[in-house]
Amino acid sequence: MITLHYFAGLRELTGTSQEQADLAGKTVEELMEWAADKYPGIERASARVAINEEYALPADVLEDGDAAAFIPPVSGG
Amino acid sequence: MKAFEVVTEPINPQIYADFVLRPEAGAVTLFTGHVREWTKGVRTLYLAYEAYVPMAEKKLAQIGREIEEKWPGAQAAIAHRIGELQISDIAVVIAVSSPHRKAAYEANEYAIERIKEIVPIWKKEIWEDGEEWIGDQKKKPEGGNQ
Repeated sequence: MITLHYFAGLRELTGTSQEQADLAGKTVEELMEWAADKYPGIERASARVAINEEYALPADVLEDGDAAAFIPPVSGG
Repeated sequence: MKAFEVVTEPINPQIYADFVLRPEAGAVTLFTGHVREWTKGVRTLYLAYEAYVPMAEKKLAQIGREIEEKWPGAQAAIAHRIGELQISDIAVVIAVSSPHRKAAYEANEYAIERIKEIVPIWKKEIWEDGEEWIGDQKKKPEGGNQ
Protein backbone atom coordinates (compact mmCIF):
# COMPACT_ATOMS: atom_id res chain seq x y z
CA MET A 1 0.00 0.00 0.00
CA ILE A 2 0.96 3.59 -0.60
CA THR A 3 0.17 6.35 1.89
CA LEU A 4 -0.98 9.51 0.12
CA HIS A 5 -0.79 12.99 1.67
CA TYR A 6 -2.72 16.07 0.56
CA PHE A 7 -1.98 19.60 1.71
CA ALA A 8 -3.50 23.08 1.70
CA GLY A 9 -5.92 23.57 -1.19
CA LEU A 10 -5.57 19.94 -2.22
CA ARG A 11 -6.54 18.79 1.26
CA GLU A 12 -9.70 20.86 0.86
CA LEU A 13 -10.30 19.61 -2.70
CA THR A 14 -9.97 15.94 -1.75
CA GLY A 15 -11.59 16.31 1.66
CA THR A 16 -8.81 14.31 3.27
CA SER A 17 -5.26 14.85 4.46
CA GLN A 18 -4.17 11.23 4.17
CA GLU A 19 -5.33 7.94 2.69
CA GLN A 20 -4.06 4.52 1.66
CA ALA A 21 -4.22 3.20 -1.89
CA ASP A 22 -3.00 0.13 -3.73
CA LEU A 23 -0.63 1.93 -6.12
CA ALA A 24 2.64 0.03 -5.67
CA GLY A 25 4.36 -0.40 -9.03
CA LYS A 26 2.69 2.66 -10.54
CA THR A 27 4.70 5.61 -11.76
CA VAL A 28 4.25 9.16 -10.48
CA GLU A 29 2.60 9.99 -13.78
CA GLU A 30 0.14 7.12 -13.30
CA LEU A 31 -0.45 8.28 -9.72
CA MET A 32 -1.43 11.71 -11.07
CA GLU A 33 -3.84 10.09 -13.54
CA TRP A 34 -5.35 8.02 -10.74
CA ALA A 35 -5.75 11.13 -8.58
CA ALA A 36 -7.25 13.16 -11.44
CA ASP A 37 -9.80 10.41 -11.97
CA LYS A 38 -10.74 10.30 -8.30
CA TYR A 39 -10.49 14.04 -7.58
CA PRO A 40 -11.31 16.00 -10.73
CA GLY A 41 -9.44 19.28 -10.78
CA ILE A 42 -6.35 18.05 -8.95
CA GLU A 43 -4.53 17.84 -12.27
CA ARG A 44 -4.88 21.61 -12.68
CA ALA A 45 -3.34 22.43 -9.31
CA SER A 46 0.24 22.44 -10.66
CA ALA A 47 1.13 20.02 -7.87
CA ARG A 48 4.47 18.29 -7.64
CA VAL A 49 4.70 14.82 -6.13
CA ALA A 50 7.13 13.92 -3.37
CA ILE A 51 7.98 10.31 -2.56
CA ASN A 52 9.28 9.69 0.94
CA GLU A 53 9.74 13.43 1.45
CA GLU A 54 11.78 14.08 -1.70
CA TYR A 55 10.52 15.59 -4.98
CA ALA A 56 9.96 12.85 -7.56
CA LEU A 57 10.03 12.70 -11.35
CA PRO A 58 7.06 11.56 -13.49
CA ALA A 59 8.77 8.25 -14.33
CA ASP A 60 9.69 7.37 -10.74
CA VAL A 61 8.00 4.18 -9.54
CA LEU A 62 6.10 3.80 -6.26
CA GLU A 63 7.12 0.93 -4.01
CA ASP A 64 5.04 -0.77 -1.37
CA GLY A 65 5.19 1.22 1.86
CA ASP A 66 6.12 4.52 0.18
CA ALA A 67 4.60 7.82 1.26
CA ALA A 68 3.56 9.99 -1.68
CA ALA A 69 2.60 13.62 -1.15
CA PHE A 70 0.89 16.04 -3.50
CA ILE A 71 2.71 19.35 -3.11
CA PRO A 72 0.79 22.33 -4.50
CA PRO A 73 2.80 25.49 -5.27
CA VAL A 74 4.44 26.47 -2.00
CA SER A 75 3.95 29.83 -0.33
CA GLY A 76 6.06 29.91 2.80
CA GLY A 77 8.02 32.90 4.01
CA MET B 1 15.68 24.16 19.22
CA LYS B 2 16.97 22.64 15.99
CA ALA B 3 18.98 24.54 13.38
CA PHE B 4 16.26 23.91 10.78
CA GLU B 5 12.79 23.57 12.16
CA VAL B 6 9.06 24.12 11.78
CA VAL B 7 7.51 25.42 14.98
CA THR B 8 4.03 26.15 16.28
CA GLU B 9 4.93 28.61 19.04
CA PRO B 10 5.99 32.28 18.70
CA ILE B 11 9.54 32.59 17.36
CA ASN B 12 12.31 34.20 19.40
CA PRO B 13 14.80 35.22 16.68
CA GLN B 14 17.68 35.75 19.08
CA ILE B 15 18.14 32.03 19.74
CA TYR B 16 18.81 31.45 16.03
CA ALA B 17 21.31 34.33 15.88
CA ASP B 18 23.02 32.95 18.95
CA PHE B 19 23.08 29.48 17.41
CA VAL B 20 25.07 30.56 14.32
CA LEU B 21 27.42 32.93 16.16
CA ARG B 22 30.96 31.51 16.32
CA PRO B 23 34.38 33.01 17.08
CA GLU B 24 35.26 33.03 13.37
CA ALA B 25 32.08 34.93 12.43
CA GLY B 26 32.49 38.65 11.85
CA ALA B 27 28.89 39.08 10.70
CA VAL B 28 25.46 37.71 11.55
CA THR B 29 22.45 38.68 9.45
CA LEU B 30 19.08 38.06 11.03
CA PHE B 31 15.99 38.23 8.82
CA THR B 32 12.50 38.02 10.24
CA GLY B 33 9.50 37.74 7.92
CA HIS B 34 6.27 39.12 9.39
CA VAL B 35 2.56 38.88 8.71
CA ARG B 36 1.60 41.92 6.61
CA GLU B 37 -1.79 43.52 6.99
CA TRP B 38 -2.20 44.96 3.49
CA THR B 39 -1.37 43.13 0.25
CA LYS B 40 -2.27 44.81 -3.04
CA GLY B 41 -5.01 46.82 -1.36
CA VAL B 42 -6.61 43.84 0.37
CA ARG B 43 -6.64 43.74 4.15
CA THR B 44 -5.53 40.47 5.76
CA LEU B 45 -7.13 39.63 9.11
CA TYR B 46 -4.71 36.81 9.90
CA LEU B 47 -2.79 34.01 8.19
CA ALA B 48 -2.91 30.26 8.55
CA TYR B 49 0.25 28.36 7.65
CA GLU B 50 0.37 24.62 7.00
CA ALA B 51 3.44 22.45 6.35
CA TYR B 52 4.48 18.95 5.42
CA VAL B 53 6.62 19.13 8.52
CA PRO B 54 9.18 16.34 8.09
CA MET B 55 9.83 17.25 4.45
CA ALA B 56 9.87 20.98 5.21
CA GLU B 57 12.55 20.50 7.86
CA LYS B 58 14.59 18.39 5.42
CA LYS B 59 14.31 21.09 2.76
CA LEU B 60 15.30 23.82 5.23
CA ALA B 61 18.38 21.76 6.10
CA GLN B 62 19.09 21.34 2.38
CA ILE B 63 19.06 25.14 2.02
CA GLY B 64 21.55 25.29 4.87
CA ARG B 65 23.86 22.88 3.03
CA GLU B 66 23.48 24.86 -0.21
CA ILE B 67 24.55 28.00 1.67
CA GLU B 68 27.62 26.28 3.10
CA GLU B 69 28.59 25.18 -0.41
CA LYS B 70 27.98 28.55 -2.08
CA TRP B 71 29.49 30.68 0.68
CA PRO B 72 32.24 28.65 2.37
CA GLY B 73 32.45 29.53 6.02
CA ALA B 74 28.81 30.62 6.23
CA GLN B 75 26.40 28.86 8.58
CA ALA B 76 22.62 29.16 8.70
CA ALA B 77 19.71 28.44 11.02
CA ILE B 78 16.12 28.74 9.83
CA ALA B 79 12.75 28.38 11.52
CA HIS B 80 9.25 28.73 10.08
CA ARG B 81 6.15 28.97 12.20
CA ILE B 82 2.85 27.31 11.24
CA GLY B 83 -0.70 27.59 12.54
CA GLU B 84 -2.67 30.82 12.91
CA LEU B 85 -0.52 33.96 12.88
CA GLN B 86 -1.67 37.50 13.60
CA ILE B 87 -0.57 40.74 11.96
CA SER B 88 3.13 41.47 12.68
CA ASP B 89 3.83 37.99 14.07
CA ILE B 90 7.10 36.45 12.91
CA ALA B 91 6.45 33.75 10.31
CA VAL B 92 10.05 32.96 9.44
CA VAL B 93 13.50 33.66 10.85
CA ILE B 94 16.77 33.20 8.98
CA ALA B 95 20.09 33.68 10.75
CA VAL B 96 23.35 33.46 8.80
CA SER B 97 26.85 33.93 10.15
CA SER B 98 30.00 34.30 8.08
CA PRO B 99 33.51 35.65 8.46
CA HIS B 100 32.61 38.78 6.45
CA ARG B 101 29.30 40.63 6.00
CA LYS B 102 28.80 40.27 2.24
CA ALA B 103 28.32 36.51 2.38
CA ALA B 104 25.98 36.80 5.37
CA TYR B 105 23.73 39.27 3.51
CA GLU B 106 23.74 37.33 0.25
CA ALA B 107 23.17 33.94 1.81
CA ASN B 108 20.33 35.25 3.91
CA GLU B 109 18.44 36.53 0.87
CA TYR B 110 19.21 33.29 -0.97
CA ALA B 111 17.59 31.36 1.86
CA ILE B 112 14.25 33.19 1.70
CA GLU B 113 14.15 32.83 -2.09
CA ARG B 114 14.76 29.08 -1.79
CA ILE B 115 12.14 28.74 0.93
CA LYS B 116 9.61 30.16 -1.51
CA GLU B 117 10.69 27.61 -4.15
CA ILE B 118 11.18 24.26 -2.48
CA VAL B 119 9.95 24.14 1.12
CA PRO B 120 6.47 22.56 1.44
CA ILE B 121 4.80 25.27 3.49
CA TRP B 122 1.54 26.95 2.48
CA LYS B 123 -0.06 30.21 3.50
CA LYS B 124 -3.77 30.89 3.59
CA GLU B 125 -4.83 34.54 3.74
CA ILE B 126 -8.02 35.20 5.66
CA TRP B 127 -9.77 38.46 4.73
CA GLU B 128 -12.94 40.12 5.94
CA ASP B 129 -14.87 38.64 3.01
CA GLY B 130 -13.12 35.39 2.23
CA GLU B 131 -9.96 33.31 2.27
CA GLU B 132 -7.54 31.70 -0.16
CA TRP B 133 -4.54 29.43 -0.18
CA ILE B 134 -1.72 31.47 -1.66
CA GLY B 135 0.22 29.73 -4.39
CA ASP B 136 -2.93 28.19 -5.75
CA GLN B 137 -3.42 31.17 -8.08
CA LYS B 138 -1.01 29.59 -10.53
CA LYS B 139 -3.59 27.13 -11.82
CA LYS B 140 -3.06 25.92 -15.33
CA PRO B 141 -5.64 26.76 -18.00
CA GLU B 142 -8.56 24.40 -18.52
CA GLY B 143 -7.45 21.34 -20.47
CA GLY B 144 -3.80 21.76 -19.53
CA ASN B 145 -1.89 18.60 -18.83
CA GLN B 146 0.09 18.01 -15.67
